[in-house]
Parts: sequence; C-alpha cells; structure tokens
Amino acid sequence: MNYTEKQNSIIEDFSMFDDWMEKYELIIDLGKEIELIPTEDKQDDQLIEGCQSRVWLKSNYKNGKMFYYADSDAIITKGIISLLIKVMNGEKPKTIAQEELFFIKKIGLQEHLSPTRANGLLEMVKRMKLDAIKNI
Amino acid sequence: MMDTPKKNTIIEGIRAQFPILTQKVNGRNLIYFDNAATSQKPKSVIDRISSYYEKENANIHRGVHTLSQEATTSYEQARQKISSYLNARSESEIIFTKGTTDGINLIASSFGELLNPGDEVLISAMEHHSNIVPWQLLETRKKIKLKVIPIHKSGEIDLKEFENLLNKKTKLVSITHISNSLGIINPIDEIIHKSHKVGAKVLIDGAQSIQHEKIDLQELDCDFFVFSGHKVYGPTGIGVLYGKSELLNIMPPYQGGGDMIEKVSFEKTTFNVLPFKFEAGTPNIVGGIALGTAFDFIESLNFEECQVHELELLRYAEEQLRSISGIQIFGNSKNKTSVISFNVGNIHPFDIGTLLDKQGIAVRTGHHCTQPIMDFYQIPGTIRVSFSIYNTKSEIDLFMAALNKSIQILS
Repeated sequence: MNYTEKQNSIIEDFSMFDDWMEKYELIIDLGKEIELIPTEDKQDDQLIEGCQSRVWLKSNYKNGKMFYYADSDAIITKGIISLLIKVMNGEKPKTIAQEELFFIKKIGLQEHLSPTRANGLLEMVKRMKLDAIKNI
Repeated sequence: MMDTPKKNTIIEGIRAQFPILTQKVNGRNLIYFDNAATSQKPKSVIDRISSYYEKENANIHRGVHTLSQEATTSYEQARQKISSYLNARSESEIIFTKGTTDGINLIASSFGELLNPGDEVLISAMEHHSNIVPWQLLETRKKIKLKVIPIHKSGEIDLKEFENLLNKKTKLVSITHISNSLGIINPIDEIIHKSHKVGAKVLIDGAQSIQHEKIDLQELDCDFFVFSGHKVYGPTGIGVLYGKSELLNIMPPYQGGGDMIEKVSFEKTTFNVLPFKFEAGTPNIVGGIALGTAFDFIESLNFEECQVHELELLRYAEEQLRSISGIQIFGNSKNKTSVISFNVGNIHPFDIGTLLDKQGIAVRTGHHCTQPIMDFYQIPGTIRVSFSIYNTKSEIDLFMAALNKSIQILS
C-alpha cells in the first residue's frame, strides 16, 4: 500500500463505528500494540513535552526509508501515534515531507492536533516531517 | 437543604437561566463540571452584553454626548454595585482589571516598586502560576526574596511553618483563598491577622472564592483582593482589584495612557485620582457593565442555600468516587469547596478526560497551572471536577457511570 492507500485503509477501519467510544476503544487497543522506545533511549532530546501527556520519538533512516519509534505516557496519545507510525513507517522521506497527511482529520481526531499543546502530538508530527526532510 | 421537590424547583429555576446547559456535546447532553476554570453565564449577563452593543456603545469618561454619558453611568454604577456587594469602603477602591492574573501583576509591578532589596514576599506551595511567576519576576527586578509556605500531605497549608517564615522583613503575604486544584479553603482570617501583626500587607487571590464564598472586605481586612469576572458568571476579560486606598494612593501607576492622567505636559504629568489612576486606556466597558449584571444575578439567589447545595454535591460526589478501586483524592480537608481532584490507579488523567468528553462531560485534566503541587504529589496531573449552583446529583450519577465505563476501557 502506498501513503494514500494506508491512510484510506485507516479511514475505512474507523468508518465502521458510529459511536465515539468505539472509535476510542480501537485507538486504545492500537496504543497497546505500539513498538516502544527502549527506556534507555527515552532521553530528553527524544521528549516532546505536551501540557498534559508527554511523547518520546526516535527516527531511523534505513535503506532510503524512514522508521519511527515512539511512546507516550497517555494511552490515547499512544494510540494516535501508532496510527501515524503505521502510515509513515517504511516510506521515503520525500513522501512524508511532501504528501498530505489527511487521515487524522477524516476520522475526526483533528482536535488532538490542535495547537492547545495538551498532548504534544502536533509538535510530534512536525518533528516526524522534519526528521524526514533531513534525509531527503 | 434536603432533596425536596422545593429544592429541585429552585435548582431547575437556576438551570433555566443558563442557556448553555441545554447544549449537546458529542451527541450527549452537556454536563459541565469545569466550573473552577470558568463558570457559565446566565441569560441576563448575555443579554446585557448584546443590549450594550445594540443601544449604548460609546467611549466613556470623556464624551459630552448622551450615549457616552449613559455608558459612563452604567459602567460606574457597576463599580458601585460591586463595591457594595464586597463591602469595600468606597468604590474608588475597586479597580477594573482584565482578571486575577492582571490584578496580581499590577500589584507586583506597582506595590513591588515600593519594596527594597532583601524584603520578603510570602506565597504558599498551592498557588496558581499567576501568583508565583509575577513574584519571581519581581525577585529578579528588585532583589526581593520570595519564600514559600509549605503544605501538608493533606493539601492544607502548614500554619506552623507560616508563622516561622513570617518576620519583620515580610512585606507582603500573597495567598489564595481557595486552592484551584485541590479545593481547600485557606484560613485567611488567621493569615491576615498574623501577617498584620508583623506589619506585612496581605493580597488574597479570590479567583476561586468569589463564586463560592460571601466576601466582606472590611470584615476580612485584607489589603488587596483580586478576582476574575468570568469565574463568577460574568464575561471574560474583566476582573477586579480591590486595594485599600491608603496603599493605592502611594503606589506608582502601573500603565500610562488615557484616563489615568490628570494633566499631561512634556515637563510634568500628573495622575488621576483613584480608581482611574490604575485604569489606563479605554477599559473593557461592556465587561464591567455585564459583571455588574452578574452580581445582580448572585444577589437574586439565596446565597446560603446555594452554598449548602454545592457542599452536598461535593459530599455526594466524594462518597461515590471513594467506591472506585484505586482512586486517590488530592486535597483532604474539612474546609473544602466543591472541587475534587483525583486520579484512578495508573491511568493517565488525559485519557480519562478525553473519554469523559466523548460522553458529554466537561472536566479539567492536567496540572491546573499549579505544577509545584503536582511535583509535590509526584503526579503528572489530576482529573478535576468542580461544581456550581446549577449542577445536580443526577448529573453526578451520569458522570459516575461515564467514569466507570472509561476506567473499564482503559484498564
């Protein structure tokens, strides 16, 4: 699947639920699956401080592709991170830097990317893109 | 007040005056438990704002035309009303500000100018960032010493330490009446009395108390009292700083501009009398007027009955919450207002807050602008529910069901 197809697939997964609580149950389950950053790697330079929940992000560039590892102390934040990682992992830096990231808004989670700084997610997406740009 | 049909009718009557309470949020009826952040507004306040802009809008204090004179009268009447509600000696001691933060900054800047290196300012460990940072800035600027009264594990202020910290160098004790994150009511009568004994002035942060406690400034005898209009059914962007006139008169102006001057020349500028000396620029006219309407609304209530109702909500919610396994309530005191801060096991407050929101329930999560308290308890934050007069026990029942569902999903 390409970048757009991966995003469409997530949108389809979420379209099965009308109820917000069911959508969040899915996000929470995803949060439990995420590949964590090893504790020794949870350094300050990987930390993105939100006002409420905190996020750690580590990027790797390997064989022309980007790979991300992340964690958060809040499980909903972690679930959303897991979605971002699903979409971005294994993609070329140029794709991540240039193509539109639209699924968050489409599944109705844009409030988590609002500039309230509550969860550090907006800053994290910026950091993911910047890390990709560095490797173009 | 028992849960009688009469009481339910009173609460229903109050609820009917708040249009927002019929809103749907995420498809559910709104349950608003974030009253410590801001209160909702009664229809009378909302109507006052629109009628001002529709019929009265003009700049005040200067115009000779009718509209300007009428707007001036309304604005000054609001000041009188607030002054008499708070039992200040005179309305010249009531200064309109942007809010609590603005009021504290004004005092830190202006009263702060009267302080000398080595003078001490005392705050407590439970202060809002707004009552910490202005003093830290003053510490850098004027080389004063900022000292912090510790709190007990219960969240109550350590009065013995307070007395130890008080000394002849203490020039100001700046303390919150009610902790915004824990709901604990401080014994401010005792604090004011003891501070005055060493010659220190006292600033009371009334942001949380103005809605829940009846304030009598002359009886309280504090030197400054600040609050925000939006926490007491009024609009945002307006607040009040009360100060004893003998202090306000010797304090230098905070900001320069229109309204605060008597005469301006390049050689010498003289300043206006109180309260105008501290109100530079066109003020928040509609804010002041509508804040007056908010106090009319409060005066239409039976304040004591409302206090009893809020305390009943507090006790009822605390009792329900204590039945949840792994619950930890922060702030335990006999003297509490209707605020409960808690965590459940290791669940992050942000997660619970998000799921409650999806079920139509507005609570606050996070550090509530009191990071030192969170550090004290070594937690990232709490979930805070705070009740107002229009909340009900049946809302608490719905909240409990939503909370239990959230915990189940997150565990």
